[in-house]
Amino acid sequence: MGHEGTEGAIREILAAYGRLNRPAAEIALDADLFAVGLDSQAVVNVMLAIEERFDFEFPENRLNRAAFTTLRSIAEVVENARASA
Amino acid sequence: MSDAKRTPAPHIAEVGRPPIPEAVLKVAAEFSGEVDQAGRFPAETFAALRERGLLGAFVPGICGGQGSTLARVASDCQALGAACSTSGMILAMHHIQVACLARHALGAPWQTAFLRRVASDQLLLASSTSEAEIGGALRTSGCAIVRHKSRFEVVKRASAISYAKNADAILVTARAHEEAAPGDQVLAVLERDGLMLEPQNEWDAMGMRGTGTGAFILTGKGAVRQILATPFADIAACTMVPISHILWAAVWTGIAGDAVARARAFLRKKPPATDGSLPAGAVALAEAVEQLQLAEARIRTAIAAFDWRTPSLPSFAAAAADNGLKTGVSDVCLAAAQQAMTVCGFAGYARQGPFSVSRHLRDLHSAPLMIANGRMRESAARLLLAQKPLLGLD
Repeated sequence: MGHEGTEGAIREILAAYGRLNRPAAEIALDADLFAVGLDSQAVVNVMLAIEERFDFEFPENRLNRAAFTTLRSIAEVVENARASA
Repeated sequence: MSDAKRTPAPHIAEVGRPPIPEAVLKVAAEFSGEVDQAGRFPAETFAALRERGLLGAFVPGICGGQGSTLARVASDCQALGAACSTSGMILAMHHIQVACLARHALGAPWQTAFLRRVASDQLLLASSTSEAEIGGALRTSGCAIVRHKSRFEVVKRASAISYAKNADAILVTARAHEEAAPGDQVLAVLERDGLMLEPQNEWDAMGMRGTGTGAFILTGKGAVRQILATPFADIAACTMVPISHILWAAVWTGIAGDAVARARAFLRKKPPATDGSLPAGAVALAEAVEQLQLAEARIRTAIAAFDWRTPSLPSFAAAAADNGLKTGVSDVCLAAAQQAMTVCGFAGYARQGPFSVSRHLRDLHSAPLMIANGRMRESAARLLLAQKPLLGLD
């Protein structure tokens, strides 16, 4: 799966678990997800769904709110994890 | 508590400036009964704190404050909580607000000048986060900042503001603008001259009666620069939540510690048994002390882990541990006060007298409720599904 595939999959997960107040497909890569409704409860579900979907464990040092601030920051964690797998 | 020989609270830390002066604690203890009975603001305690500059404890030295460590401030809150629960909790709530400003707005001209005034004029700060339609969910606001050029206005149906009428300023959460999502919040400093408070109810509660925690319709007006530039999401996660849990926990261990000290005094008054047996209830005292020591150790760990200089977002596991500190210590302190009542019997149940612990018990019933423990454990459980807990002695 290339970078666009990763991004698309993350958008699907955000749509399902992120409880965003606008369609995940329309959200810009660098838009603040917390400003469009993501909250600390939803973050955990998004994270678990991403781990499940991409079959990896989030690195310990990325397990905080910052990693989930934008689509790009989430995609970076996923891509880095895949690159080092 | 004027009628009791007060045992000094065990201090959480002995660093930096000396502990809160005994004279302040004496004043707080002297009026604690009256504050409780009348459900009024502990004005005498706060006059004594102000006289010694103690409302500026968390204000950095460069702003004219005392620049005290978190350990010292926690120890102050514990000692004051032991003397008068209401005073201890109000002091803790004030320091939490100052900490948010000192850690997230130092450098912003308006907030820096404001912090200087907190120290020089000994301003008392209160907080308004909860909202009628939203409840206590800290990270969600319904009301919004409405900007008109360089000014703003906010109208909030605040469901609980403590000591609102006695505060010089209130730090208010609101959505960043009218179109913002509920979680897209800012924190604004509203001074008394920019605040209108319409009371919606009377605070007549079981305990913590002097905190005057009422519902208000709050209308605030100010200059846009009074709004902190750092998003409230970061302020809450890095400072407001962890510092609240540490300082509240410190107050609760102070209250429970005083109840246990009274239980010990009660046991020591009994004539010693000639057969060497323990007085009834002595084991309950040991159990209560054991639990309080665990609670204090937990607070010390949290203080040691807290990096004051560099605000950083806690990991999921650290956020779960912050929650656990609050839920664990609140339950333990209430249980310890209950043990103290068991030891003292009807002398503990009495409203007056050196062995009365009824106010302690009433006050500590607020601990598991102020942000309900059930809800906090749910949130911790969710975080712990994401990241393994912070456990291990390494």
